[in-house]
Amino acid sequence: MISLLVNGKRYKLDITPDVPLLWVIREHLKLAGTKYGCGIGMCGCCTIHINGKAKRSCQITVGQAKGKKITTIEGLSASHPLKKAWVEEQVPQCGYCQPGQIMQAAELLAEHRNPSDEKIMKTMEGNLCRCGTYPHIKRAIKLAAQGGKK
Amino acid sequence: MTSRLMTRRKFLKIAGLTIAVLITPSGYKLLSAKEMEKKTSEAFVPNIWLQIMTSDEINIFVNKSEMGQGVYTSLPMIIAEELDADWKQIRLKVAPASDEYKDPVWGSQATGGSTSIRHMTEPLRKAGAAAREMLIKAASEILGVPQSECETHMGEVVHTKSSKRIKYSGLVQKASLLAVPQNPSLKREETFKLIGTSLPRIDIPDKVQGAAVFGMDVFIPDMLYAVMARPYAYGSKITSFDEQAALHIEGVTHVINFNDKIAVCADKPDLAWKGKAVLRVKWSNGTSPNLDNGLLEKQFLKSLDNHGIKAREEGEVSTALSHAWKKIESTYLLPYLSHATMEPMNCTAHVRKDRCEIWVPTQNQTGALQVVKKETGLRPDKIKINTTYLGGGFGRRFETDVVEEAVKISKVVGRPVKLIWTREEDMQNDFYRPANCSRISGGIDKAGNLTAWSHKIVCPSIFARIFPGMVKDGIDPAAVEGLKNMEYEIPNIFVEYVRVDTPVPVGFWRSVGSSHNAFTVESFIDELADLAQRDPLEFRLSLLNKNQRAKKVLEVAAEKAGWSKPLSKGEGRGIAQHLSFDSYVAQVAEVSVNKDKSIKVSRVICAVDCGRIINPAIITAQMESGIIMGLSAALKESVAFSKGGVQTSNFHDYDLMRISEVPDIEVHILKSNEKSGGIGEPGLPPIAPAVANAVFKATGARLRNLPMTL
Ligand code: FES
Ligand code: FES
Repeated sequence: MISLLVNGKRYKLDITPDVPLLWVIREHLKLAGTKYGCGIGMCGCCTIHINGKAKRSCQITVGQAKGKKITTIEGLSASHPLKKAWVEEQVPQCGYCQPGQIMQAAELLAEHRNPSDEKIMKTMEGNLCRCGTYPHIKRAIKLAAQGGKK
Repeated sequence: MTSRLMTRRKFLKIAGLTIAVLITPSGYKLLSAKEMEKKTSEAFVPNIWLQIMTSDEINIFVNKSEMGQGVYTSLPMIIAEELDADWKQIRLKVAPASDEYKDPVWGSQATGGSTSIRHMTEPLRKAGAAAREMLIKAASEILGVPQSECETHMGEVVHTKSSKRIKYSGLVQKASLLAVPQNPSLKREETFKLIGTSLPRIDIPDKVQGAAVFGMDVFIPDMLYAVMARPYAYGSKITSFDEQAALHIEGVTHVINFNDKIAVCADKPDLAWKGKAVLRVKWSNGTSPNLDNGLLEKQFLKSLDNHGIKAREEGEVSTALSHAWKKIESTYLLPYLSHATMEPMNCTAHVRKDRCEIWVPTQNQTGALQVVKKETGLRPDKIKINTTYLGGGFGRRFETDVVEEAVKISKVVGRPVKLIWTREEDMQNDFYRPANCSRISGGIDKAGNLTAWSHKIVCPSIFARIFPGMVKDGIDPAAVEGLKNMEYEIPNIFVEYVRVDTPVPVGFWRSVGSSHNAFTVESFIDELADLAQRDPLEFRLSLLNKNQRAKKVLEVAAEKAGWSKPLSKGEGRGIAQHLSFDSYVAQVAEVSVNKDKSIKVSRVICAVDCGRIINPAIITAQMESGIIMGLSAALKESVAFSKGGVQTSNFHDYDLMRISEVPDIEVHILKSNEKSGGIGEPGLPPIAPAVANAVFKATGARLRNLPMTL
């Protein structure tokens, strides 16, 4: 039995510890906002927070996540400044990469109140978006950093 | 989710006002629910687009797939406009796959070719306008006032003299008994309230909360997961495998041998992959064990010496070339490209004896329906296709390979099955954008005028597999897209097509033939301008005298970019334009080339004339999206082949453009009274040549192969 703490809720799972956390979150817990894109840490679709740090859930096993505080897109407050900014700037196109983008940006804003362009690029570089929503992502992060005011 | 299919009869019995459009050889015919019931025996099946409910909600049925291009918003906007609805009343309904929801122009239900707005505007406007007229008539009868004194506003009919108002919901019962006007008057453009505005997209809030359901996110009670073991090499078959080893993994329920692939089913995907890992499949050699990059390149270039099929001929090209004052010949080579939709291929299927239900992110509902029909033998009315959100499409999801697999597996196991492809399977089992090469010769006269253009393209045929009936005289329409209809006014022009067949399957990839032909044409035009020692912009404009729209986008892009402003050493500015899917797009790219010879694109200015504007924010987003995907392809992407199969496997060896590489992009949308053009694809074609032309300015090096390397 592995016990997980996800979005403030405790889950007990009968599962071997070697399963990537991504699949546990998605297909066992049915928190499907966290996405699978590559499974090798190259796309960022699966980004979640572990103890407040943005991590690729495809690169962590469920065993390693035991006892840690896990937050997924569903657990990030619905009125989080980034989620609001994402709507305001109309960021998503197909939308598939967006939960990962938002979770990555959420860590950035938690640590830097007003990140420079360079910092935004560096932090977001690991998150791919085939639809090319990058210009909107940049704007939305800045908007959220400015407290939602343009 | 698995509720029984709603029968047509039940659907029509719903209280409310339903408007359907029937397309006949003589034009559109508008029908109410009652009239539809009578029509069921006719060969033509009406499309249902609009249902005003007594609850004040307005259901709008969207028959196109949402893959990021905004159709779930733009199509309802068109109906809501004509209907004078309150946008808040609108409820989006994703249309199931059935004859009722076919694209009236295509006669099939599919999303592609940047056609959604182009094909749907007219029927949707008519449906909305007809309903509005019926509501006015109903109100005038209830109030006992002339129709001419009634207006519509935000979901109500208002009697202007008395200011009495009745909500649409209070009128539908009466309105539904009225005859449907066949020629409702459409609104004048000046009175538009929704069309032309950047209304926020309907799908965005769910996408931001992680609540939007993509194909991957479908959960059906009692569902199994399926994964697939596939061969590496094309044409390779199974010689042996260890079924028992897989079945010994706890949770693995089935191992199914399909001869050229093996499905493993389990309670959870991780268990299915564990089962797959121990299958120890031995594969036979493929059918082309020597296939690799080198071999393919040789085959393409060698085919340039073959005679082609004439696709276009004006004037006397060989005479013109021999009389030319100066002439040049260039060869261009472009690679196979992967779609790399962010969401890998997947499909959930539940096949039962008497019915079947599918959940799939598809661009091709009609195709999916046909596949299910073929695999199950069921009648179409026993098959329900649910279209989920698509995590990217770009043409890949026009294919129905994954539907076929999921249905086959569910048929064997007798339970709902979610089939998930890994990224590696997705990369290695794509229908790629065809590689291709072009040899182009051009000549100019002493005054620097372009007199001759001879173009041979070697390219595999996409249509031969997908729509063989559209291959006319051996010419693949996609291969010569943008060449056959190249707009430059050149007195002598010749285009020929050489079909080349390789083991690599090819398919539609965002902007299709234009994705490569814009590159060769717009690069070579630049080469000719240089030969004539003329400015690339001025040279192009001089060849577009009869083509004001192409001319205008070039002028606007150049002006906004500051075309003649000087740049520093190592920097360059390039321009290109291309017409595709009825939209004109010109782009100026500014690049800098670093000491390490890396190319940095710093700024892109885009001008688009896509006719009537529905939602400018969506147009801008699609232009940016096309530019970024086009840049990604031009600078980074190429599928690698080795040992008879696809070597490329994931984003470590097929990287896409990342945020740090994206230039500043400025989009200018031109006002236009022309019919709406497409927007999903036309932003892509001009960017690669604009960048290549800018690199030429910066360095003097002419890049004729993609992806670009200096
Ligand atoms: S799925 Fe984890 S980084 Fe791509
Ligand atoms: S919005 Fe489609 S991949 Fe990012």
